[in-house]
Amino acid sequence: MKQPGRILLGLYCLLVAVWLVAPTIVVVPMSFNDKKSLAFAPSGFSWQWYQNFFTSPEWSASLVGSLKVAVVTAVFATVIGTLAAFGLDRMKSRVSGVLRALLITPMVVPGVVLAVGIYAVYLDTRLVGTMTGFVLAHTMLAVPFVIIAVSASLEVFDKRLETAAASLGATRLTAFRTVTLPLIAPGILSGLLFAFVTSFDEIIVALFITSPYLKTLPVQIFSSITRDADPTVAAVGTLLFITTSLVIGAGLVIGSRQGKR
Amino acid sequence: MASSSTRGAAIDLKSVSKHYGSFIALDKVSLRIEPGEFMTLLGPSGSGKTTTLNVIAGFTEVSSGSLDVGGKSVIGVPAHKRNIGVVFQHYALFPHMTVSRNVAYPLTLRGIANPDRESRVRKALDMVKMADFGHRFPSELSGGQQQRVALARAIVFDPPLLLMDEPLGALDKKLREWLQLEIKRIHRELGTTFVYVTHDQEEALVLSDRIAVFNQGRIEQIGTGRQLYDEPETLFVGKFVGDSTILRGAASTSGNETAIDVAGRKVAAAKRLSDGAKPVMLLRPEKLSLARRGKGGQDRNTLPGRIGEAIYLGSGSKYEVVLADSSKAIVRSTLDAETFAIGDEVDLIFAGSDVKLLADDENADFTLT
Repeated sequence: MKQPGRILLGLYCLLVAVWLVAPTIVVVPMSFNDKKSLAFAPSGFSWQWYQNFFTSPEWSASLVGSLKVAVVTAVFATVIGTLAAFGLDRMKSRVSGVLRALLITPMVVPGVVLAVGIYAVYLDTRLVGTMTGFVLAHTMLAVPFVIIAVSASLEVFDKRLETAAASLGATRLTAFRTVTLPLIAPGILSGLLFAFVTSFDEIIVALFITSPYLKTLPVQIFSSITRDADPTVAAVGTLLFITTSLVIGAGLVIGSRQGKR
Repeated sequence: MASSSTRGAAIDLKSVSKHYGSFIALDKVSLRIEPGEFMTLLGPSGSGKTTTLNVIAGFTEVSSGSLDVGGKSVIGVPAHKRNIGVVFQHYALFPHMTVSRNVAYPLTLRGIANPDRESRVRKALDMVKMADFGHRFPSELSGGQQQRVALARAIVFDPPLLLMDEPLGALDKKLREWLQLEIKRIHRELGTTFVYVTHDQEEALVLSDRIAVFNQGRIEQIGTGRQLYDEPETLFVGKFVGDSTILRGAASTSGNETAIDVAGRKVAAAKRLSDGAKPVMLLRPEKLSLARRGKGGQDRNTLPGRIGEAIYLGSGSKYEVVLADSSKAIVRSTLDAETFAIGDEVDLIFAGSDVKLLADDENADFTLT
């Protein structure tokens, strides 16, 4: 027989879990609504909003825009973040702590503050609404995630293996390529995924620097929902929810696997 | 495996120093190691033995002095160009590679392709008796097995010199003793120069042709195990290598004899120190014998004491005798000798010719970690 305390604890946990997931779950049935309304609960079932998402040029253009920005951002942020994490790891002085904090700031500073700053600079430099502008801004936001992920795997990496590699005839570069890199690869990969998602999800900065020529998906969602109650938003939301869950889930699985060997 | 051209290299350290800020890790160390020799660097932690190894390997640059390996100076040559095998206490196998790929690693770097590479990997694994484990990952092996793979990886490229940094330190006693014999066998078969770092004096005695005893960044004495045990030149060496009994007291010399006053009794040694240093006496456990109080040894030195500890060793017994000045003597006796119990009043008996007279040194104490 179970004690009442355990049952209570179980109920409490269930409640918190539902509270955390509910807003996301609500979107899913809404996306199958048969009427052009965002009412919950939906009155009937249809696939039309998914069809609309894939056929409307406005929506597909924003999806492609978002993917382009996110892919390029992920690549840049991963290279920069990995190099930064490596440098911080090898710095002997206490300055490394300060530098690390500095490099993490884009994660801590309120998004609006950053957005206003970026917007002001972009206006002067004609970067508003450009691919370069988006990638620059998003890379800045994504680098901290890469630094954190790669630093975590450098933390558990045994540097003495590089010494061993040197004794066997490996130059520093060869040792990095054949020993260090394969062993911290899980950290780099999860950093890459987080960087991708950071860019793909980003709305605040994107709202400021967007233009009719380059829109990202979150911007399109936002403008669509402020204009009319189009359930396509719910369909997009559902697709995004599934995709990001898969990507982040994969990132976590890869990240947790590195600690085991 | 070892062609005559890759046989052991000579090593010549001349007045090598290493400073870290104001800390002196190595203080003008000079050491010549002959080709094919098994040289052990022995000392407590922080004595400079590992620093010396790192200097030879190229992991640490010297502050001053010269270092020749195989007749050529290697000062300024980076570790990856020195062609020296290194075995670490922590194995340092690459966890993402199988045993075979670990051992093949130095060959791949040297551009040696299959089938030559494969056959050399097999030979090296054969030599350390790990031939059946090529497909395993290091995480699937025991500590002793990992260290044997690490040894194979360090010898597979036929280095003229193999350095080992406390390679058996993480293993238990039985395994350690067995691997000591394995290392000895491999040294014999390869003919490579071995430099071995340990703080375990027994291990040093088992393995080495010669031993260099380190203390506080300096070499105290270089010699065979027998020389270090029978003829220690410093108090530190006498204490560090083997068990010893140290007698201290007011000293007086007359002619060729030195006497010291241990708790009211004169102990005479048939020697004298050349300089004016304060003498202490060192005695090895086998040179001491015990008798019940007043029952023998009148013609030799005797000191009264009480049995403080009696240990049965199988091959004999070991006694700790507390002397009148509360210093301790260690006595080893054979199986057929008279046995004593804790608390027994005894006389410690020894010949003056077995006493080693050494200069006192307050830096002769050490800690083992």
